[in-house]
Amino acid sequence: MADERRTLHEVKGVLPPPSERIPVLRWLKQNLFRSWFNAILTVVAAAVILVVVYGLLRWALTEARWEVIPTNLRLLLVGTYPLEQMWRVWATIYLVVFLFGFSSGLRGGLIRRVSAGVAAVPIVLTVLPLPWGTRGWILGTAAAVAVGLGLGYLGKGNRWSKRLETAGWLLSFPISILLLNGVGGFLPVVEGRNKWGFMLNLLGAVVGIGLSLPVGVLLALGRRSKLPAIRLVCTAYIELIRGVPLISLLFMASIMLQLLLPANIRPDLVIRAMMTITAFSAAYMAENVRGGLQAIPKGQYEAAYAVGLKGMLTTVLIILPQALRAVIPAIVGQFIALFKDTTLFGFIAILELLNISRSILGNLEWRGRIFELYVFIGVVFWILCYTMSYVSRRIEKTLGVGER
Amino acid sequence: MKGERPVTDNEGIIICREVHKWFGDFHAIRGISLTVKRGEVDVICGPSGSGKSTFIRTINRLEEHQRGQIIVDGIELTHDLKNIETIRREVGMVFQQFNLFPHLTVMQNVTLAPVWVLKMRKGQAQKRAMELLERVGIPEQAHKYPGQLSGGQQQRVVIARALAMAPKIMLFDEPTSALDPEMIKEVLDVMKELARSGMTMIVVTHEMGFAREVADRIIFFDFGQLIEENTPEEFFHNPTHERTKLFLSQILQ
Repeated sequence: MADERRTLHEVKGVLPPPSERIPVLRWLKQNLFRSWFNAILTVVAAAVILVVVYGLLRWALTEARWEVIPTNLRLLLVGTYPLEQMWRVWATIYLVVFLFGFSSGLRGGLIRRVSAGVAAVPIVLTVLPLPWGTRGWILGTAAAVAVGLGLGYLGKGNRWSKRLETAGWLLSFPISILLLNGVGGFLPVVEGRNKWGFMLNLLGAVVGIGLSLPVGVLLALGRRSKLPAIRLVCTAYIELIRGVPLISLLFMASIMLQLLLPANIRPDLVIRAMMTITAFSAAYMAENVRGGLQAIPKGQYEAAYAVGLKGMLTTVLIILPQALRAVIPAIVGQFIALFKDTTLFGFIAILELLNISRSILGNLEWRGRIFELYVFIGVVFWILCYTMSYVSRRIEKTLGVGER
Repeated sequence: MKGERPVTDNEGIIICREVHKWFGDFHAIRGISLTVKRGEVDVICGPSGSGKSTFIRTINRLEEHQRGQIIVDGIELTHDLKNIETIRREVGMVFQQFNLFPHLTVMQNVTLAPVWVLKMRKGQAQKRAMELLERVGIPEQAHKYPGQLSGGQQQRVVIARALAMAPKIMLFDEPTSALDPEMIKEVLDVMKELARSGMTMIVVTHEMGFAREVADRIIFFDFGQLIEENTPEEFFHNPTHERTKLFLSQILQ
């Protein structure tokens, strides 16, 4: 059969591709100074960049009073979470980074790069002028990653360790919530107004991402359902939610819900905010997923039916994996948008990162330190959003193996 | 298979009576009646648009017939989902465009249905899949993805995937039409082996060499109707119908 292909070197006349290395000067001439007009553009652009960068650096190194950040770091990151309960926050962080370490020990690859980042952040953070006790806690996270990594290595090849990993990740979420919030009788409950800060943005994003994807998938499938009632409900939901600004939905959740619900059912404001952002994001997610579903050729359904798969199994095993893979960029874009939208919680009096910064600005000592705080917020969000984007690109690349 | 047909009973495994199918206003299949016996290899040919693909797709309900009767292995195709599922388990299909699952490896493509539909143990399914991949001549490709295989290799995986369900009937919908000439033979060889093993097959194809060699019967379609059915010798040498003669003169130059 035609399987024995001749390898290239056996065929005469095969040459290697021409060298593509170009000397620096030639590269400059080709790309930056090709014509007079190009040369002028290059010089002007370079001048603008220099001025902006110089101004930024001068401000950052001489005028800015960065001590506003380390002094208020605890407030920014966890709000007014009671000091004597801080160990619960650390325990949660340790649990999550331990899982990162464990997964990377077990699997390697992409998760290992991310874990390396997770372990590197605390080491960098210890440069900040923080109390020694805090530095100790921070360095502990790197240790937790290392312990997880070691255990993951040991567990490699053991079929139980993968189940343990899955269970760990699944359980980590309720455990974190219980730890942070408190359980009546075991851990003192921390009042809603006291906690959060950036922790709230993170939790909001995790809850939103974790719930809006499955809900979005169901909505997308519902919108393509053959049953008119289901199709109508899903379409109406998607179009209704997408047509309303998130901020007005949040206001509704914070004020109107109390008018609509009976007095004895009054979920915590934070819970309401999280549910709202999930519901909002799910509508967008549904449309992203529907785009993926529409890209699947009819032949895939036919092949699945022809080997005897039923409708549900066909969707779960054949159609969804391909549809979701096709729209990873759009889905991750929605994740990133959702994460950034958690700053809107500030407008309904939740003390998330942005809102806390504004209350710090109200303090006379830090009056006018607005740029330092906003640059800090920008950097924190950028790092996490870029990480998501990086992970998504890597996943796309890995999954690209079987592309047709 | 010509000559030594292994199965002796004469009851039809597929019985079609006066089958009609419309696409909107277009009358695609106009009263086809056909009986296929166990172990028989039938080749359906005819000009494009003559309804041959549509017809074999009604046999496993990828297309729904609107009038007439189709009975497969004693089960009538109706709106009853149970019947449709049973028939799909017994009927394997090979498509012109392969339709392998691109996100799964060759091995996963072949084991998917046995594991999820027949509830076979994974290890057993993999063992069987390996045997089938050896039978179609590509055991070494088991862990690649469909996109990494040539067209001929992909089509052989499709055959293995269908055989993994241990079907009683195999339908081939122009299995070699999308292949480069040098890969057609490797697929036809697998199909010939399958025909010799006693599988009941209906093959829509223009490969007249294949038809001459292994078909028990050649069926000629035109305008959604069954124009002529005959043994290969009679079909090629003494076609009765004018339409058949014209078709043969065009295809056998």
